[in-house]
Amino acid sequence: MTNQPSFSLLRRNRLRDWTAGYLFAAPFIIGFFAFYAYPMGYSLWMSFQKWDLLSPPKFIGLANFTKLLQDPVSRLSLYNSFYYTVIAVPLQLVLAFALALALTQPLRFRDLYRGGFYMPILIPIVASAVVWQRVFHPEYGILNEVLGWFGIAPLKWLFEPSLAKPAFIIMSFWMIGRMMVIFIAGLGNIPVSLYEAASLDGAGAWQRLRHITIPMMTPLIFYNMVIAIINSFQTFIPAQIITQGGPENSTLFAVLNIYRQGFEYFNMGYAAALSWEFFIIILGFTIAQFYMSKRWVFYEE
Amino acid sequence: MSEISTPIIHHKTVQKIHLTVLQIVLTLFLITFLLPALWMVSSSLKVSTEVFAHPIVWIPERPQWNNYARIFEILPFGRFMWNTVVITGLAVLGTVISSVLVGYSFARLNWPGKNFFFGLMISTMFLPEIVTLIPRFMIFRELKWIDTFYPLIVPHWFAVNAVYIFLVNQFLRGLPIELEEAALIDGANRFQILTQIILPLSKPVIASITVFALLQHYNAFIEPLIFLRSMDNWTMALGIRALNDTNVQNWELVFAAGTMMVAPVLLLFIFAQRYFVQGIALTGFGGR
Repeated sequence: MTNQPSFSLLRRNRLRDWTAGYLFAAPFIIGFFAFYAYPMGYSLWMSFQKWDLLSPPKFIGLANFTKLLQDPVSRLSLYNSFYYTVIAVPLQLVLAFALALALTQPLRFRDLYRGGFYMPILIPIVASAVVWQRVFHPEYGILNEVLGWFGIAPLKWLFEPSLAKPAFIIMSFWMIGRMMVIFIAGLGNIPVSLYEAASLDGAGAWQRLRHITIPMMTPLIFYNMVIAIINSFQTFIPAQIITQGGPENSTLFAVLNIYRQGFEYFNMGYAAALSWEFFIIILGFTIAQFYMSKRWVFYEE
Repeated sequence: MSEISTPIIHHKTVQKIHLTVLQIVLTLFLITFLLPALWMVSSSLKVSTEVFAHPIVWIPERPQWNNYARIFEILPFGRFMWNTVVITGLAVLGTVISSVLVGYSFARLNWPGKNFFFGLMISTMFLPEIVTLIPRFMIFRELKWIDTFYPLIVPHWFAVNAVYIFLVNQFLRGLPIELEEAALIDGANRFQILTQIILPLSKPVIASITVFALLQHYNAFIEPLIFLRSMDNWTMALGIRALNDTNVQNWELVFAAGTMMVAPVLLLFIFAQRYFVQGIALTGFGGR
C-alpha cells in the first residue's frame, strides 16, 4: 500500500468491520453466555448441592457423584440407553444406506418414494408416540396383526420387559429419513467416471459397491453415525409418553431418568450431577469416534 | 452363451427386470413403512367398535367426522392451537432474524475472536439438551418466567440454535463477494449491505431455516412440558398428551387429535419440499 488515502480507508473499514462484526454477532454472543455458559456453570454448582426447591440448597460435596455411581436405577438407565443405541444405530445406518442406494436407481416416481420415506420425520413426536403406542398393542395393534399374516403368534411388546426396548428400536426405524436424504445427496456426488472405469475393468455391481461406493461414502457414513449415536443416546420422549419408563424400568433411558430426578422428584442437585455424567459419556464417545475414524474414513486428498 | 452372442441386449433386459423387481419391493416396503400413519388417519374416523374389531377394519364403514368435533369438547384445543401459533410464530421470527445477523457476521465480517466464537457455536451443537435444561429451568424460575411463553420464545431471539447460524453461514460463503465490495466502495454500511444486497439473494436459505424452525417449535414437547403449567397456556403437543392419558380407551379420539396435528405439517412439506432437501444438503441437518 503506497498511497495514503486508500490505506486509511482500509484501516477505517477494518475498524468498522470490527464494530459491525460484534454488533451482528451480539445475539449469539449474549445468547451463548445467557443460555449456555451461565446455565452450565449454574449446573456445575448445583451438582454439589442438595436442593429440593422447597428448602434452600445445601452443599454436600461429592455426595451426588458417589450416589450416581452406586444408584442401581441410574446405572440401569445408562445400560438401557447403551443397549438401545448399540443395536438401533447400525440397523438404522444399513437400512438408510440400502434405501438411498435403491432410490438413486432410475425408478419411476422416485421423488414420491423419497418423500414417503422421509415423511415420518415430520410427524410431531407426540403424535407418533401415541400412534406407535397402539401399533404395539398386543390385541388391537397393527404390528401383531401384520406379523400374524406370516404365522407369528401375538407378542406383548411394551408389556414385556425383554421386548420393550426392541419395540423402541423398531420405532426408531421410522426416523431414518434424514440419514437417507444425506446418503442420497452423497451418492449423487460420486463421479460417474469412477464407475465407468470400474465397469471397463470388468467389476460387477457388488465389487463396485464394495470398492467404490462404500469407500467414497465413508465420510457421510461417519457423519450420520456420530449424529445418530448422539441422538439415540438422548432418546427419551417416546418412552416418557408411551411407557413412562416401564415395564420394570426396561425403557427408563438415561435422559428420562435425569428428567425424572429433576422434574418429578425434584432432586435438582442429583439431576444436575447425572446430566454432567451423561455429558461426559457422550463427549467421550464422540471423541473416541473421531479418533477411530482415521482408520476407516476415506477422505480425498 | 447368450451373454456372448447378444451381450448388450441381454444386459439391458436384465437391468430392466432388476428395476421392475426393485420398484415392486420398494412399493410394498413403502406401504408397510407408512402403515402406522395411514392407520392413524383411518382410525380417526372409526366408531370404537371398529377400532377394536378383529380382523382389523382398514376403512371405516361410515366416516365419523364427529370424532374431530368431540376432541374440542373434551379439551380446549382451539386455545392450544392459538398458543402453538403464537409461540411458534414468535420463536421462528426470532430464530430467522438473529441467525441471519450472526450468520452474516461469521461469513463476511472480520473481528477479533471470531474463530473462537465460531468454535463455541459448533460445539453447542454437540451439547446434550438435558445439560442446560435443568439449570435453565432454575434460571427461568428465578425470573418468574415459569408458566409464561417467555422461556419458549426469548432464547430464540439470541440465536441459541447453532444449526441455523451454520446454515446461513454456509449459504453466504457460497455467494460472490464482489457485489458487497462494490457497495462498500460506494459508501454503503454493513447494515445496508445486509438488507439491500444479501437478504434478496438469501431467500432460499431463509426459506430453509424458516421451514425447519417452524417444524422444531410446532413439534416441541419437552420444553413446553417443563415451562408451561396451567392448561390455558398449553400447546397442542401437551393437549394430545393429556388426551392420550385421560382417554386411554377412546383410540379414535387420540388418533383424530394426532391427525389434526400432523395435517398442517404435511401440507407444509408438500409445498416447501425443496427447502427441506436443500437445507439437509447444506448442513446434513433435517428434522430431528
